[in-house]
Amino acid sequence: MTRIAIIGATSGIAEHCARLWAGRGHDLTLVGRDTARLDAVADDLKVRSPVSAIDTLVASDFLDPQAVDMIVGALCAERPVDIALIAHGTLPDQQACQNDGALAADTMLVNGVSPALFAEAFARHMVPVDRGTIAIIGSVAGDRGRKANYVYGAAKGLVDRYAQGMQHRLANTNVRVVLAKPGPTATAMTAALQTKGQRMASPADVAKRIVAAIDRGSPVVYAPALWAVIMAVVRLLPRPIFHKLNI
Amino acid sequence: MELSGWGRYPRVDAQVAFPTDATACARAVTASQTIARGLGRAYGDSALADDVVAMCGLDRFHAFDTETGLLSCDAGVSLDEILTLLVPRGWFLPVTPGTRFVTVGGAIASDVHGKNHHVDGTFGDHVVAIDLLLGNGEVVRIGPDAQPDLFHATCGGMGLTGMILSATIRMRKIRSSLIRETTVKARDLDAILAAFETHGSATYSAAWIDCLARGKSLGRSLLMLGEHADEGPLAPRTKPPRAVPFDMPSGLLNRATGKAFNALFYARGPSTVRTRTIPYEPHFHPLDGLAEWNRLYGRQGFVQYQFVLPSAEGLRRILETIAMSGQGAFLAVLKKFGRANRNLLSFPTEGYTLALDFKAAPAVFALLDLLDRAVLDLGGRIYLAKDARMSEAMFKASYPNWQAFQEVRARHHAIGRFASHQSKRLGLS
Repeated sequence: MTRIAIIGATSGIAEHCARLWAGRGHDLTLVGRDTARLDAVADDLKVRSPVSAIDTLVASDFLDPQAVDMIVGALCAERPVDIALIAHGTLPDQQACQNDGALAADTMLVNGVSPALFAEAFARHMVPVDRGTIAIIGSVAGDRGRKANYVYGAAKGLVDRYAQGMQHRLANTNVRVVLAKPGPTATAMTAALQTKGQRMASPADVAKRIVAAIDRGSPVVYAPALWAVIMAVVRLLPRPIFHKLNI
Repeated sequence: MELSGWGRYPRVDAQVAFPTDATACARAVTASQTIARGLGRAYGDSALADDVVAMCGLDRFHAFDTETGLLSCDAGVSLDEILTLLVPRGWFLPVTPGTRFVTVGGAIASDVHGKNHHVDGTFGDHVVAIDLLLGNGEVVRIGPDAQPDLFHATCGGMGLTGMILSATIRMRKIRSSLIRETTVKARDLDAILAAFETHGSATYSAAWIDCLARGKSLGRSLLMLGEHADEGPLAPRTKPPRAVPFDMPSGLLNRATGKAFNALFYARGPSTVRTRTIPYEPHFHPLDGLAEWNRLYGRQGFVQYQFVLPSAEGLRRILETIAMSGQGAFLAVLKKFGRANRNLLSFPTEGYTLALDFKAAPAVFALLDLLDRAVLDLGGRIYLAKDARMSEAMFKASYPNWQAFQEVRARHHAIGRFASHQSKRLGLS
C-alpha cells in the first residue's frame, strides 16, 4: 500500500491531489495547522475512499527546523513514506509586503525556507532506504521576479534552486524530487484575485497534472502545461522589453 | 465579471466571491446583499445579482452511511460527483433532474424534480437536514422536524432564506447502474395522456413531445419509461461529454431544421413499444452528453418556458398556440406530476408540466406573455429555476404562498441580505 504524507494538506491543490490518491486507495497522512479544516479534508477523503487509512497530524510550527524534523520524524517513524507532498504556502498582497518588513520576512520564510527544510528532512529519511518521492509545490512566480509578486516569487525561486540542487545530488539514487510549478489556480489562496476577474486554472486539473508528474518522477512540471511555454518566453524576454510590460 | 444563467439571457456584470469554507461564506454574507450560485444551471436570473457567492469551492463530502444511505456533503458538491462516487457502491440519487451538473445546494433551492416525481416527489422530499447560514451570520441546522417553517421555505426558496452550506440526503439503493427503458409511441395528445395513465406506476416517466406537429398529429410524443435494472454492472460514468465548440449562428435552429429533426426523431422511435437496457446517463441526462449545448442557440441566448397545469384541459390550447406561433421551440418535455409538497415556493403541483426552449427575441417575449395569461387562467404556474422574464403580478397570483414565504424570511433575518435579480423582479424584496 502506497503511503503519502502531505504538508499543508488544506491547501487547494494539495487537497485535490489527495482526492486523486484516495481514489487509488492509497493511505494518506494530512499535516496542517488548523484542526477543524484538516478534519474536514480528512472526512471528505474517507467518504471518497473507505479503504484508505486517512490520518491527520496537527502541527503549529512549520518554520522552526527542530519542529520540522520532529514532524517528518513522526511521519516516517512507523513505516516509510512513499510520497511526500510539500504544499503549504501563503500569498499576501505584494504592496503590503513592500510596506511591512515583518510580513515580507514571514512570506519568504513560509513559502521558501520552510518547504526547503521539509524537503531536506524527508530526504534524510528517504536516502538511507533509497526510495521515495519528494514533491514540492513551487510556482511560475519563481521563474522571474516581477513587480506584481516578487516577495512571494523570491521565496518560490528559493524552492526552485533548492529542488534543483537536491535533484543533482540524488540523481544516482532512487529518491526522486519533483518540482511542480502551477500557474494561477482557483483556490482559497487566490480568492481575492478571482473576484477581480483574473482567469484561473481549476485545482482539479492542476492536481491531475502534478500527480501524473509524480508518477513519472518528472523533475519539473508546469500546470497547466501552457505555462511552460509562457514562462519560457517570460524568462527569455530582454530586460528593456520586460520592463515595459505591466505583468 | 460577466455572468448569466444557462440560457445565457440575461447577461449581467457581477462581483463574485469564491469562498471555500463556511467562515468565508459568513464573511461574504455579512459584507453585502448576495445570492448563492452553484453550477449556473438555472436558466434565467435566479442566481444573478450585483454580488454573487460562487459555492463550487465548498465541495467536500462529510459522511456516508452505508447502512442507511444517508449522505452528508457541502452545498457545492455536484450531483455528478455524487453519482460518480456512489453508483459503483450501489447507491443512486433519490431524485435527479435532467442534468447531473447541478449542485446539492442548487437542487434544494430549486426543489428540483425528476422523472419519478409522480411516485417519489421532489429532491427536497429526500433531504433530512440542511445547515443554513442566516443573514445575521448564524448557522442553523434545519430539517422536516427542526424549524420546519424555515425548512419548507428553504426547499424551493431559491436561496432567498439563507445560504445553504451543507445538507444530508437519503440515497436510494440500486442493484445495477443500468436502466430498463421502455419507449411508447403516442400519435397524438389523447394517446400520450392515456399512456401516462396506463403507465402511472412506472418509477420514471417523461415524454418528448413534438411541438411543431399540428392538426391530427398535435401532441405526438415518445413516452420514455424507466426502471432500475435488477441485474448488471454497477458502472461509473465513463464517456466524457463532447462540447459545442463555439456559439452557433442563431438561425441554425429554425422551423425547417426543427421539422426535419422532429420527423426523424419520431420516425426513429419504435413502431409502438420498445424495451431496452441502457446505462443510466442517456436515460436521465441525455443532454449532458453534449457539453455547453446552450451555445446551440447562439450568442443572444434562449429562455426555457416550463409551466404546470392542474388538468390536461388547457394543454391542447397552449400547444396549439405554440404550434401556430412558429416560434423557436420544436421539441419539449411533457411529464405528469404527482401531488405538491409543503414547500412554500416549490414548483410541482399535481397535473401536467411542459418544458420548452425559445430563442431570446422580442417576438418570443410577446408570445410568452400571452402564454402566461393562459397558464394563469388555467390555474397553473411557471418554474422559477427556468424563469427570466415573468412579471411580479403573474408570480404573486400563481404562487399564493409568497406572503407566507416573506414572513418566514422576515423572521429569520433574510430580508435585505439575500436577493437575486429574479427576486427583485418578482417583488420578493
